Amino acid sequence: MSAVTNTTTIGAIDAPSRRNTELMLLGFAVAIPVFAYLNVGLALDGEVPTGMLGYGLGLGLLAGIAHLLVRRFAKYSDPLLLPLATLLNGLGLVLIWRLDQSPRLIADSMRQYGSHAGDAPKQLMYSAIGVALFLLVLVFLKDHRVLQRYTYISMFVAIVLLLLPLVPGLGTDSFGAKIWIRIGPFSIQPGEFAKIVLAVFFAGYLMVKRDALALASRRFMGLYLPRGRDLGPILTIWALSLAILVFENDLGTSLLFFGMFVVLLYVATERTSWIVMGLLMAVGGAVVVGSFATHVQSRVAAWLDPFECLKTAPEGTNMAWACDQMTQVLMSFGSGGTIGTGLGQGNSDLIKFAVNSDFIFATVGEELGLAGAMAFILLYGLIVERGLRTALAARDPFGKLLATGLSGAFALQVFVVAGGVMGLIPLTGMTMPFLAYGGSSVIANWALIAILLRISDTARRPAPAPAPNPDAEMTQVVRP
Amino acid sequence: MSELTLTVMRLGFLAVLWLFVIVAVQVIRSDLFGTRVTQRGSRREGARPQQGGRQGAAPPQQRQRRGAPTKLVVSEGTLTGTTVALQGQTITLGRAHDSTIVLDDDYASSRHARIYPDRDGQWIVEDLGSTNGTYLDRTRLTTPTPIPLGAPIRIGKTVIELRK
Repeated sequence: MSAVTNTTTIGAIDAPSRRNTELMLLGFAVAIPVFAYLNVGLALDGEVPTGMLGYGLGLGLLAGIAHLLVRRFAKYSDPLLLPLATLLNGLGLVLIWRLDQSPRLIADSMRQYGSHAGDAPKQLMYSAIGVALFLLVLVFLKDHRVLQRYTYISMFVAIVLLLLPLVPGLGTDSFGAKIWIRIGPFSIQPGEFAKIVLAVFFAGYLMVKRDALALASRRFMGLYLPRGRDLGPILTIWALSLAILVFENDLGTSLLFFGMFVVLLYVATERTSWIVMGLLMAVGGAVVVGSFATHVQSRVAAWLDPFECLKTAPEGTNMAWACDQMTQVLMSFGSGGTIGTGLGQGNSDLIKFAVNSDFIFATVGEELGLAGAMAFILLYGLIVERGLRTALAARDPFGKLLATGLSGAFALQVFVVAGGVMGLIPLTGMTMPFLAYGGSSVIANWALIAILLRISDTARRPAPAPAPNPDAEMTQVVRP
Repeated sequence: MSELTLTVMRLGFLAVLWLFVIVAVQVIRSDLFGTRVTQRGSRREGARPQQGGRQGAAPPQQRQRRGAPTKLVVSEGTLTGTTVALQGQTITLGRAHDSTIVLDDDYASSRHARIYPDRDGQWIVEDLGSTNGTYLDRTRLTTPTPIPLGAPIRIGKTVIELRK
């Protein structure tokens, strides 16, 4: 082994702010949804949709204001995050509007509620609130390191947010999963916000404790095993996530939080043993809970063989219903083929319930085909890549962990939803970030993007010029 | 709306979507190519074990010539006795904190001189516009000059020389 190890330093040649790149991409990101909107209108009614100018201007205005404020308050932030989020949000609006127009869904809604109000205007309003929160975070959070002060407050807030849906009278049980709370006319999904708060707590906590968790360990079979008492944090989080699974019946949220903690633990300590242990604990917990929770059982049955389960499950039960959804979703993806049926020309509205929230990716898969679905996955992948790149570039350990935690949570959420819809893992009720209908999700994810932008701004901002060297003037001149 | 228009729009939309992805990836190419990678050697240079065979770790231009100096020794001044192994890296001298040899010497400039190997492995000393000058033997340096083995280089009150 050579003792000379070449370490490398990677630095940017110069630090352009890249705001013009962002503006160009943003224009592009507004134009694509407008094109999609036109396409849906032409396919459904054979004419240019009347609201096209309004939606296009609305989206453009939101993006424009966001861009100007980013120029002002986060000059050196990442140029890709804002356009990517805008594009996904815009396309989500178009897809929701497209499903609003479906005659089947309208008839269904008329039969059930006697009226039909589209979800797209509401989603546009939520997006506007989301962008407003994005701007507020950018303007008022001048330095992400401020969040570090609130490490333990965040823990408390996160636990309260996670437990809120269990409070009688406040939480609402929606088709098995108790992850909503209802305040007046609004229903909120506190888990979406807990995701961000929890990332702050994990980052702050692990930054302080990582040395104890990384160094105090014994080596056993090539793995570094932590001491018994260092297992406390991971066991606590595990118990909490299992409690969510048992009491709120939500596999997705539980997986998201535990997964985010394990990812951060690995990043902070560089010990593979945490991942091995985390996976074992997650699988063990899920199997035990799955063996007695009927809600989870029906999801697993629908995942293993939806078509068989549809035949055998008793009519009218939860299981039959879950299997019916799953078969519809898989048929949707299947009829999309490689390049899809075209926007507005698919039959994904047959999924009926939650077609524009949990199952919106099925509409992408059917109407844009494999090519479109892959492009969407890549767009999500790019957001995650920019988040991780921000973590690499960040100069402070808290910023590194926070950026990793936020992008890790984002990635896990996309994986859990897309994997569930495509039949890779059992389906859980979560929303595709930005794409799916749901106020909490859109608003929370805009805030998440704002924090990432703030960290990347701090990371990419050129370091202040070094102070002039005081030694220079003190050199004495030799006088012969 | 005719079937043809819709087909064109469908393909066009996918093309535009992918174009966006490709443009976005082009923007982040600079992550890979717009960066400068600086190599830094470790400080534990003296501990390099001798490896058998010709495939030493050193690149060709760093291969030791016969009679080439292997270390730099401070022979006068506050740092007397300090040695630095010569391994093809540039050595800067001065009072600036980031110098290889930080001189605690009132007569030295913050960036006084540097010593580096040229392409043939010959060690060169160059004055960096210092206040009091750098002397090789008794002559004040005006241009980068090759250093003979054992010749004293005087910087302020400090004298260094290269040895085998």
